[in-house]
Amino acid sequence: MSPLLSQEVPLSWYLLLSAALFSLGVVGFLIKRNLITVFMSIELMLNGVNLSFVTFAHQWHAVKGQIFVFFVMMVAAAEAAVGLAIIIAVFRARATLAVDRIDRMKL
Amino acid sequence: MNGHLYLWLIPLLPFAGFLINGILGCGLPKWLITTIALLAPLAAFLVVLNAAATIYVYILPPCVPCGPPDWGSIHLPYTETCPLPWISAGLLHIDFSFVLDQLSLVMLLVVTGVGFLIHVYSVGYMGGDKGYARYFSYLNLFLFFMTVLVLAGNALVMFIGWEGVGLASYLLIGFWFQKKSAADAGKKAFIVNRIGDLGFLIGMFLLVANFGTLTFSEIGARLNANPAWQGGVLTIIALCLMLGAAGKSAQLPLYIWLPDAMEGPTPVSALIHAATMVTAGVYMVARTHVLFDHSAFALGVVATVGAATAIFAATIALVQNDIKRVLAYSTISQLGYMFLGCGVAAYSAAIFHLMTHAFFKALLFLAAGSVIHAIGGEQDLRKMGGLRKKLPVTFAVTTIGVLAIAGIWPFAGFFSKDAILYAAFLQGTNGKILWFVGLLTALLTAFYMFRLWYMTFMGESRGENVHPHESPWSMRGPLVILALLSVCGGWIGMERFGRFLAPSVGVLPTEAGSTRLEIILSIVAVLVAIEGWLIADKFYRRNPAKPAQYAAALTGTYNLLANKYFVDEFYGAVVVKPLLAVSKYVLEWVVDFGILGGAAWLLGGIATFTGAILQRWQSGNLRSYAAWLAAGAAAVLLFLLVPWATVLANLPAIHLGMAGH
Amino acid sequence: MHLILFLVFAGLCLAGAINLLLQTHPINSALSLIVVMTSLAVLYLLLGAEFLAAAQVVVYAGAIMVLFTFVVMLLNAGREERTLGSHAARAVGFPAVVAILAVIATVILHAQGLGVARLSDGITSTDELSAVLFTKLLLPFEVTSVLILIAILGAVALARHDEGDAERTGEE
Repeated sequence: MSPLLSQEVPLSWYLLLSAALFSLGVVGFLIKRNLITVFMSIELMLNGVNLSFVTFAHQWHAVKGQIFVFFVMMVAAAEAAVGLAIIIAVFRARATLAVDRIDRMKL
Repeated sequence: MNGHLYLWLIPLLPFAGFLINGILGCGLPKWLITTIALLAPLAAFLVVLNAAATIYVYILPPCVPCGPPDWGSIHLPYTETCPLPWISAGLLHIDFSFVLDQLSLVMLLVVTGVGFLIHVYSVGYMGGDKGYARYFSYLNLFLFFMTVLVLAGNALVMFIGWEGVGLASYLLIGFWFQKKSAADAGKKAFIVNRIGDLGFLIGMFLLVANFGTLTFSEIGARLNANPAWQGGVLTIIALCLMLGAAGKSAQLPLYIWLPDAMEGPTPVSALIHAATMVTAGVYMVARTHVLFDHSAFALGVVATVGAATAIFAATIALVQNDIKRVLAYSTISQLGYMFLGCGVAAYSAAIFHLMTHAFFKALLFLAAGSVIHAIGGEQDLRKMGGLRKKLPVTFAVTTIGVLAIAGIWPFAGFFSKDAILYAAFLQGTNGKILWFVGLLTALLTAFYMFRLWYMTFMGESRGENVHPHESPWSMRGPLVILALLSVCGGWIGMERFGRFLAPSVGVLPTEAGSTRLEIILSIVAVLVAIEGWLIADKFYRRNPAKPAQYAAALTGTYNLLANKYFVDEFYGAVVVKPLLAVSKYVLEWVVDFGILGGAAWLLGGIATFTGAILQRWQSGNLRSYAAWLAAGAAAVLLFLLVPWATVLANLPAIHLGMAGH
Repeated sequence: MHLILFLVFAGLCLAGAINLLLQTHPINSALSLIVVMTSLAVLYLLLGAEFLAAAQVVVYAGAIMVLFTFVVMLLNAGREERTLGSHAARAVGFPAVVAILAVIATVILHAQGLGVARLSDGITSTDELSAVLFTKLLLPFEVTSVLILIAILGAVALARHDEGDAERTGEE
């Protein structure tokens, strides 16, 4: 009973979760065949990293860690916007979203 | 002069002439080319004269008061060494050194003097040729190398000159290189020379191994201090050197290049293949005579080769129809005489014959050139005739030359040839056999030279459309001078000449003889020569149809002689063809195509193959790139975060630890 | 309490992530990603980052994922096709990921000095955050806003219709 109701969670568990999320993001990047889904995996990776930043900010009571997460979010937002615009442009040129079909630089 | 002989000028001036005419010759006006080309040998000749005068004339009592106080302070041998060291490897020290002694003095006078006369002759003979500047630059180059050879103080410097004259000979034989036969002849000369040079090189290596030095004076001193050292390795060295000399001086079996060398211009034949280059072998044997003196076997080989070559070449000359070929085989024969002289240790006699031969053979070649020039390029004896009246000067000098080579008193050839035959006669039974061979050769020599004389100048003209004109004075002048030398060149006499040369080549081995024997042998020789003349007279003046009858009667012999004993064909089948086969099948197919080509193909193949494999990496596939990125990131992480030192050190412990758990 | 909350929401994160990988239609993947993000927001809250939790929901789940969903709709992306595939991705990529995960996990587990999180740990207030953000880190903040401006321009430039496209789609 008491372990279940204990009030403490070792920070290493948070970090392990962050590593797991990151790895799952990489796996997704590697095996997914739809361009948008690949992009989503990238977002997953970024989130994993964010979690580790927050964990360390909690560890050392450093606000800067959380501010960095803030910045990561902003950049991720900008990146998502531009990236999706590129995906739209690529779709217009290739009429396909399959990653393996988009393998020529030449249009 | 202040006691310095400036020996280094003697090669340097012709070399400067070569450079100037060779590099700038195309742009210079003809008179300038001629001046430079003639100045070089003339200046060299004057330096030699000055050296001779400094040593011999200026010390004479009348002259001493007139000159600087240190005249007469020079004694032969006189050495000039370049202050910069050349080879200094362990115990072996070789420098660029020039040595002047009696032997090289005589040789230099001949080389530069006759060389200068032939340069003058060439001005007239090659006047209309397109390659005028090139010709004179090559001629000067030859003179440079020849003087280096003569002045050399050690075998390696002599080898430089040796190779260099071979090169100059190649360049000049193949002077009209557009003609295939000329180019081929040049190649043949160079290659056969190289075969002989192998002997010279091996001889040099053995010298270094046994004496530790290549300087002639040191080798001579060491051998003189050790008279008991005979035979053995000295024989081998001497034979190797003899091989080199045989190649350069056209003795059996390496004489085959000299007849073909007649493809070159006639002055070249006169200078290189009569007077100077081919005598380099004789000079070398005389220079290293101490070695030969310590090996009776080698001397015997030299004498036998010389005598055999003499008679062999003389028989071939009997039936040749090209005027220059006759003279070429005559040269080979006379060189045989010189080697015969060396082989009986009568080195000064050989050098004496070298000197007189230079005079009359150069004369004969230049006269032949004059004849060829006169009748518009025709060289076949059968198409000549009746030129006596049209070319009086040429006729006169040729007569003098023929008399000299036949050995008729009082012309030059008589004295030198007799000295050799006399020295040979004194050498025991073998010597008498050699003497007899030499005598027979003298008979044949007289015969074929007078044959040439009759066919060229006497009788009626057999050529068509010839308008013979006498040569210009630039050609006649040297002819006259050489004729004068052919007349008086022998008058110095073997006694005085031998005494003069004795400090450098040893004394003549004539103690066993007597003056009476000498006179008897001389008379026999002259009678034999006159007999040869009479036979030629019978065949070619009184009964012109006789030669053809004899030829028809003895077809086999005639063919054998006319085809030069098929030696060239024999060499072609035994040496050249197998070499070509090896070159083609082994070297070209196996080594060139197979090994080298295969190696290159393999390298290229590896590069292409690797490239093809690596090319598939650049697939354009996003996921593949991402995968490799991840792999790279993993590698970096692994490398940075894992403490490799402790892991590798504790590898067994970790393994056990994990197994335990 | 903390533990239970952590376990539940961490489980949701992982489930959402794995579902993202397993789904074939991109819209399903997008929805799974939203689940992940909101769970992460709760986890941030558990670690005392209230502002970030809010920003996570608002920016990530509320804006970015909506953008994704819009694009999925716009491009009418259907189920994933079976394409040529990349063997390198499986053969090289998977071991790489496993290696990365293993290394990081090992480093984390062997790390000294990592503490614990309790519910009673103080929450970082937005006051504290903004005090640092607008004083010490003002420059990055402003630069980030410029960055977002550029991103807007870029996205507009890349994604808008050209006249040529208008003709093409008009004729279809």
